[in-house]
Amino acid sequence: MSQSVNVPINSDNPTISLKRPSFIVRWPVIPSTILGFLILLAIFAPLIAPHPPLEASLADRNAPPVWSDEGSWNRILGADVIGRDILSRVIHGARLSLLVAFVALVSGVVVGTTLGLVSGYFGGVIDEIITRIVDVWLGLPFILVALVIAVVVGPSLGTMVMLLALLAWTPFVRNVRAEVLSLKSREYVAIAQITGASTTRILIRHLLPGVFNTVMVLASLRIGQLILTESFLSFLGAGIPPPAPSWGAMISDGLNYVRDAWWISVFPGIAIFLTVMSLNFLGDWLRDWLDPRLRQI
Amino acid sequence: MKRFIIRRLFTSILALVGVTVIVFSMSRMVGDPRILLLPQQGYGMNQQEWDAAASRLHLDRAIPVQYGYWIADILRGNLGMDLADRTPIAPKLTQKFGPTLTLSLSAWLLAIVVGVPLGVLSAVKRNSLLDYVARAIAIGGQSLPTFWVGILAILLFAVWLGWLPVGTMGEGFAIRNLILPTIILAWLPLAGYVRLVRSAMLDIMDSEYIKLARAKGVVEWTVIWKHGFRNAIIAPLTFAGLTLAGLISGSIAVETVFSWPGIARYAVEAVWNNNLPVLAIVTLLFTVAFVVANFLVDVLYAYLDPRIRLG
Repeated sequence: MSQSVNVPINSDNPTISLKRPSFIVRWPVIPSTILGFLILLAIFAPLIAPHPPLEASLADRNAPPVWSDEGSWNRILGADVIGRDILSRVIHGARLSLLVAFVALVSGVVVGTTLGLVSGYFGGVIDEIITRIVDVWLGLPFILVALVIAVVVGPSLGTMVMLLALLAWTPFVRNVRAEVLSLKSREYVAIAQITGASTTRILIRHLLPGVFNTVMVLASLRIGQLILTESFLSFLGAGIPPPAPSWGAMISDGLNYVRDAWWISVFPGIAIFLTVMSLNFLGDWLRDWLDPRLRQI
Repeated sequence: MKRFIIRRLFTSILALVGVTVIVFSMSRMVGDPRILLLPQQGYGMNQQEWDAAASRLHLDRAIPVQYGYWIADILRGNLGMDLADRTPIAPKLTQKFGPTLTLSLSAWLLAIVVGVPLGVLSAVKRNSLLDYVARAIAIGGQSLPTFWVGILAILLFAVWLGWLPVGTMGEGFAIRNLILPTIILAWLPLAGYVRLVRSAMLDIMDSEYIKLARAKGVVEWTVIWKHGFRNAIIAPLTFAGLTLAGLISGSIAVETVFSWPGIARYAVEAVWNNNLPVLAIVTLLFTVAFVVANFLVDVLYAYLDPRIRLG
């Protein structure tokens, strides 16, 4: 990102202030609470969920939620077509979604940041090749390439993590590279070179800390998209294979029963929405706090 | 400008080569293409026939040569067979092209016609009710899974209220059937336009030349739309590529949920039936559209913004 940021001096109405706002002022309380709650659910899922997520009970087929006329406290959010408890599956789904997205994000961050550091620091042919690969990859419609790979390799948890990592890595390369380009001409890097620090040491000890904030901000802005994509691929049957309680797959389970059993599809969707929205709010806040220059991403 | 176009053209061609190589190697990884030719009844083929088929399909040549033949076939409009019913894919695609184009074009238009002015107004009337509504729409568009919104809309408008048909163009295509899918498909790109135009507009309206224009006594309407908007609209243009990517994955979601008889639904059915030839061709088709559109947008952007053209 090389857009110029227009900062008027002495403006009485600055829309972008490069001064970092204080940590607590705009801290999004509600999204943080929702996310904290979801993380607790994910960690303690087997203890909290009233039923095992895969346990089917034909007596409770399409059982409605507790507040409807035929509802019972045994199935608080109702049950699906083969009588699995929706609430339990949504809770275990939090575990699955957060874990998959997190592992994929970390892989994407590691690969992307490394390539960005190398590309920016060495320049030349390596830089040209890495930049081209990123350009070409961004020129492909990801979702269709992902569908082709999922069909050929076969949908599985591993395939899903790999696909999401493939979606995640590009912005890290681009932004880290741009940061390193400006950092490497600083005096402290020159001094490190003169005193004979090895290239690895310069990259890890001197440049990596400089791009850390950018990486954190980009990662937090990215994770919501990963969760959405995971649920979409699982919805299409090209993601995490059944019977795993993936939110997207649960929505697809209810697709043909919308008329008679709306709760099968509706509740997992609410879970996705709350998770992604909280993550987006937190990402925006982290960006304003750590690195307002990334505003246009 | 010329150098920029050549450079950009090079990347586009690389992207096309990249996707054809991915799709070609994927389809060869799955199995021998001759299996498709086996007659469905009888004793199959004998060894001579099997080998003859190999040389007819160029399977006895080196892999790069096979790739060349494959590309040549596609360019000649020979797109291969649909595994589901063993008929050629090409006529089906032409049939499904119209519905997809109608839906995505109307969604795109809606996103621009509503999203861009909403972004401008939301920036100009900052912290007003309109601004909050616009921001809520933007946040919703980015946090809601499109396929789920589709299901909710069917539940609300078709099942509970009975206002709109449950989906599919079916017999007697009516504008009524287009309403729900269009709005839902438009939401994500609309959210993008609102966010980008709003933030670009906020930056611009704070700049010195806007203050100068105001100080000169230019009418506020002219300040906003002539001095502000014309400069603010350039930045969101670069994100047209992202918009298009959103439209592609959005069409997949919306066409699936609404049983829309378009290309994207054809691809999803191919995923369900492991119908790789169809999926591969649809992927190629969408990629070509994506690459060409991105190229045109970048050239337009360079033309509009001298900093890129000359830089």
